Amino acid sequence: MKTGEAKKPGILQLRGVRKVFARGTIDEVKALDGIDLVVYERDFITIIGSNGAGKSTLLNIVAGVYPPERGGRVVIGGVNVTNLKEYKRAAYVGRVWQQPEAGTARNLSIEENLSLALLRGQPRGLKLAINRQRRQLFREALAVLGLGLEDRLNTPVGTLSGGQRQALALVMATISRPTILLLDEHIATLDPKTAQTVLQLSDMIIEREKMTAIMVTHNMETALNYGNRLVMMHKGRIIVDIGEKDKKTLSVADLVTAFGRAAGEQFNDDSILLSDS
Amino acid sequence: MDVGGLLSVSLYEGLVFGLLTIGVYLTFRVLAFPDLGVDGSFPLGGAIAAVLIVAGANPFLATLAAFGSGLCAGLITGLLNTKLRISALLSGILMMVALYSVNLRIMGGGNVPLLRDVTSFDLVAQILGVRGGMALSIAFVLLVVAIFVTGLNWFLRTEIGLSLRATGDNEQMVRGLGASTNRNVLLGCAISNGLVALAGALVAQNQGFSDVGMGIGMIVMGLAAVIIGEGVFRPRGITSILLSCLGGTFLYRLFINIALRLGMAPGDLKLITAILVVVVLAIPFIRKKIRGEWMPPAARM
Repeated sequence: MKTGEAKKPGILQLRGVRKVFARGTIDEVKALDGIDLVVYERDFITIIGSNGAGKSTLLNIVAGVYPPERGGRVVIGGVNVTNLKEYKRAAYVGRVWQQPEAGTARNLSIEENLSLALLRGQPRGLKLAINRQRRQLFREALAVLGLGLEDRLNTPVGTLSGGQRQALALVMATISRPTILLLDEHIATLDPKTAQTVLQLSDMIIEREKMTAIMVTHNMETALNYGNRLVMMHKGRIIVDIGEKDKKTLSVADLVTAFGRAAGEQFNDDSILLSDS
Repeated sequence: MDVGGLLSVSLYEGLVFGLLTIGVYLTFRVLAFPDLGVDGSFPLGGAIAAVLIVAGANPFLATLAAFGSGLCAGLITGLLNTKLRISALLSGILMMVALYSVNLRIMGGGNVPLLRDVTSFDLVAQILGVRGGMALSIAFVLLVVAIFVTGLNWFLRTEIGLSLRATGDNEQMVRGLGASTNRNVLLGCAISNGLVALAGALVAQNQGFSDVGMGIGMIVMGLAAVIIGEGVFRPRGITSILLSCLGGTFLYRLFINIALRLGMAPGDLKLITAILVVVVLAIPFIRKKIRGEWMPPAARM
């Protein structure tokens, strides 16, 4: 049930992507089992799935933390990045992690963190990392958040709250305008109210900066309420891919039914007898 | 007690060993790379400078060469870690052990005297037409420290320097932002060991000899000075951190010099330093223990 709008160019393409961990051992896990996904420009995809569905592995493959198994292809913005190391494809991929600590450097100040992020994927030189022009840019980018961080450029990031740090991480992930933004359960560790704020900020920034984004979430409501496309994963495969039109009329109950049906089909293919515990 | 003498000796030592402390700070704190190779690169700097000076080289150039030798030593330590995936701790220890033999080879023995040769300190005295002494020693090392610390302070604020500082803080993030953390580790280790070797070269010239054993315990001293500097001056921002390294070294040397004048046997110095570091490192744990807070088990790798 693929309903992406085929007219726009695919900005991210995954073809035959597999990933096996601990191959040949008793712990062998097929984290990704043949993923084909085309993400179109300005798509905002929410990915949902149970634990071990392969959501984070998928984002790690896109970000280049590790390569896919042989035969898989990852193309971003027309460039084949399949075997490009993480730090070499940074220009294409901005990412916000689950832990606020993961996206920011705690001992550096807000402006130093932003300066690092501003040069995402660019060669770094012996120019001073922070100048007046950049500082002005940082102020403007932070002012959008409405959290008052723009007046605290010299504050060490370690003293910020989790929500503030995650909001900063969001700005850091987008300030250099990467080709695609990955949100990896980035509100999962925040308290409900802060999570809602960061979620709305994410939506606002994606809209404002006209970004293409993929957001992994555990929460079905979130997956339904945000984005223009919903992908459900199960056991390393994409089992549901719903476009904007269908998504608007969808409820959580429909999602559960779709999950049961799609997962069931897969069980039939995979001979359920072997995987039954 | 001669307070003036005590202060001036401590000031001199605070400056010259302050270079070493900044080196230790770069690896331990900035890169989170506990590089024990310091104990080898300190005498390496002394050995290179001494041998070149005895061979008739310009003492300033000999000192600069010592800095270069430290850069190379640090680079190798970094390569062991980044390319061969040997743990940071072990890479430093391997380098320290290897450098012991290297230093003996360079010096052709355990000791090179410089008493009849013109050292950097002598040359400065000649150029200025004054007699050497403690005031001149202080002035000269102050100049050297000012040059290197200013340079480092600038470098750590550049785009490359900032990504180096973030590497020990959040390696995953730095890679995600497109900077090679391996390159940053190599760069940081090289600069760190360069500064340590520079300190070794200055110390050897000032004391009039280079000795293969002069590096023993330097890493612990550097660490003690880093911790004292952080605890006393509570630095924020890179400039104040670099200055607090110098200040911490001064206070440490002052403390040691007072203890020596009060009759502590020089041989006990390393033990006292080790105990000092143990106490300072244990304070957060003991504090939490008293409050009944939970502490994670000690890291072993």
